[in-house]
Amino acid sequence: MSVSRADETAPVRQVPDRLRSPLQRLLASWEILLLGVAVAVFILNSFASPYFLDPWNLSDATFNFTEKALIAFAMALLIVSGEIDLSVASIIALASTAMGFAVQLGADTPMLVLVGLGVGLLCGAFNGALVTGLGLPSIVVTIGTMSLFRGISYIVLGDKAYTGYPADFAFFGQGYVWWVISFEFVLFALMAVAFGVLLHKTNFGRAVYVIGNNPVGALFSGIRVPRVKFALFLLTGVMSGVAAICLTSRLGATRPSIAFGWELEVVTMVVLGGVNILGGSGTIPGVVIAAFVMGMVTFGFGLLNVPGIVMSIFIGLLLIGVIALPRIARRMLAARRG
Amino acid sequence: MTKSFLKSRELVLGAAILALLLAIASRFPAFIGPSNLANVFNDTAPLIILALGQMAVILTRCIDLSVAANLALTGMVVAMLNTVYPGLPIPVILAISILLGAIMGLANGLLVWKLDIPPIVVTLGTMTIFRGIIFLISDGAWINAHEMSDSFKAFPRAAVLGLPVLSWIAILAVLGFTVLIGRTALGRAFYAVGGNPHAAVYTGINVGRTQCAAFVLSGALAGLTGYLWVARYAVAYVDIAGGFELEVVAACVIGGISIAGGIGSVGGALLGALFLGIVKNALPVINISPFWQLAISGSAIIIAVAFNATSNRSRGRVILKKAEHAQ
Repeated sequence: MSVSRADETAPVRQVPDRLRSPLQRLLASWEILLLGVAVAVFILNSFASPYFLDPWNLSDATFNFTEKALIAFAMALLIVSGEIDLSVASIIALASTAMGFAVQLGADTPMLVLVGLGVGLLCGAFNGALVTGLGLPSIVVTIGTMSLFRGISYIVLGDKAYTGYPADFAFFGQGYVWWVISFEFVLFALMAVAFGVLLHKTNFGRAVYVIGNNPVGALFSGIRVPRVKFALFLLTGVMSGVAAICLTSRLGATRPSIAFGWELEVVTMVVLGGVNILGGSGTIPGVVIAAFVMGMVTFGFGLLNVPGIVMSIFIGLLLIGVIALPRIARRMLAARRG
Repeated sequence: MTKSFLKSRELVLGAAILALLLAIASRFPAFIGPSNLANVFNDTAPLIILALGQMAVILTRCIDLSVAANLALTGMVVAMLNTVYPGLPIPVILAISILLGAIMGLANGLLVWKLDIPPIVVTLGTMTIFRGIIFLISDGAWINAHEMSDSFKAFPRAAVLGLPVLSWIAILAVLGFTVLIGRTALGRAFYAVGGNPHAAVYTGINVGRTQCAAFVLSGALAGLTGYLWVARYAVAYVDIAGGFELEVVAACVIGGISIAGGIGSVGGALLGALFLGIVKNALPVINISPFWQLAISGSAIIIAVAFNATSNRSRGRVILKKAEHAQ
């Protein structure tokens, strides 16, 4: 993370002289492994609870991860580039508060969407400007803005709540496009494709990888590193705004504690998806599968009446486990090779 | 060069605190009365103790976001022990809380040292795990004042030479840290590891073990504070000190401890914590809603880290050979 990478004299990561060592193949198949986990979780769930395989229940289950995954896509790019944004959940709180405020002023649904996206963009720009403009470590900046953004929500709302959103605003979080396919799920699928293309098929995406692997090298190869990073913070802010619209619409109310602790779940989703927390590698398909795994596990636990805080233990273990296990495996492989 | 910068940093912060106190006093003179200042100090004591531990961790280029959860878990465990064995003497409770906190710190430290996992990830994870464990052992229930024994609750409030024990522990921690940081090999190793890990290796310092030691230290202090916190407020539940880890990091950043490691002083951590403590206690006095607290600490972090960066920038870029010596 930026804390450990602040030193520019740190050794550049080892570049292998040939591709496709057995180890690399093992790592390359992270998505396949994860897909296996997803299938296993699905099968276990359908045995554990008779209510799991109901189409409407499964549709409900997608709400557990669609909003978080929307942010996770942008966060994946940000983490690949070697930065992080811990303020995403607070951006949701601030954007939601702004939308609630706009409702009090009589804003209609298109206006509310603009407000949500606009606040997300501004928050992202604020983070991006501090990180790229002043050269501050993103982890501290976003720990600061995490308090600041949610703090503004608390100042505005205190212990009150905004309600009274217009009826047609409910579509974003509660509407269905076709049968059990919700609007949020469609948005999730579209964004998965869009971010997949952006990261894997465009020059911008290649630049993100280059920056994550070697920021100085990226600079010398003509990539405008600060500009790309700033764009990524903007993107993360906007996607947090999108998530804020969906979540506010789904809940129909805004409290300053909305989406509390989501930054952890989003980061976990990204890391579980195989993105290197130190930057430089990771894929969008991995994050998509990770979103399904986390959503299904949470939903399955919910059906079995496991309290939310126990699920958070699981998420904490998952976060450490998915990073620790490959390292342990690598060490054991290295030991065997002698 | 570094030294003069640090000195000026503490002067700036000290002056800011004085100005803050004077500004409050101009409207509410009672705020700077000795007894009220003692109250403010006592109220800030947990923050001071945790900020010292956090400083050791940040000096080694790590960060410990699990301190508040560690505090809450230790507090819950000793509170539960107290309800089951009300006769347990205070020194035993103190020893248990320090030990328990140190074990949690060790868990963080080992993950960072042995598996080389980024500290932020480790402590974000253990933060939720510790909080979850509190729920598991307490079943979500609260332990209230009437369930705790009187001696258990009385210890942090007991007055010694006019100050409560809680304040004295903070003072002892500051003195102890001054010696540890400035006069022991371990303290110097913290700086060496954070300032330049590669050079530290060549001087025979085990970087991972030093970082692990910092985590254990931070954990032990969090555990100690856990008992003091629960006894002082006479309540233990899952969410005590929720979000306190950010305040602790804020105190360090405001105190001029560089998040990039290797720079910082005990005085800075102390002043950073006092700054936040005074702001927190002054808000109700000057009639501002406590809901402002979160936004103020957030802004303080951002301003402080921006200030740190601009002060560091004047020392030149590493690209220049001659500037390397200033690093």
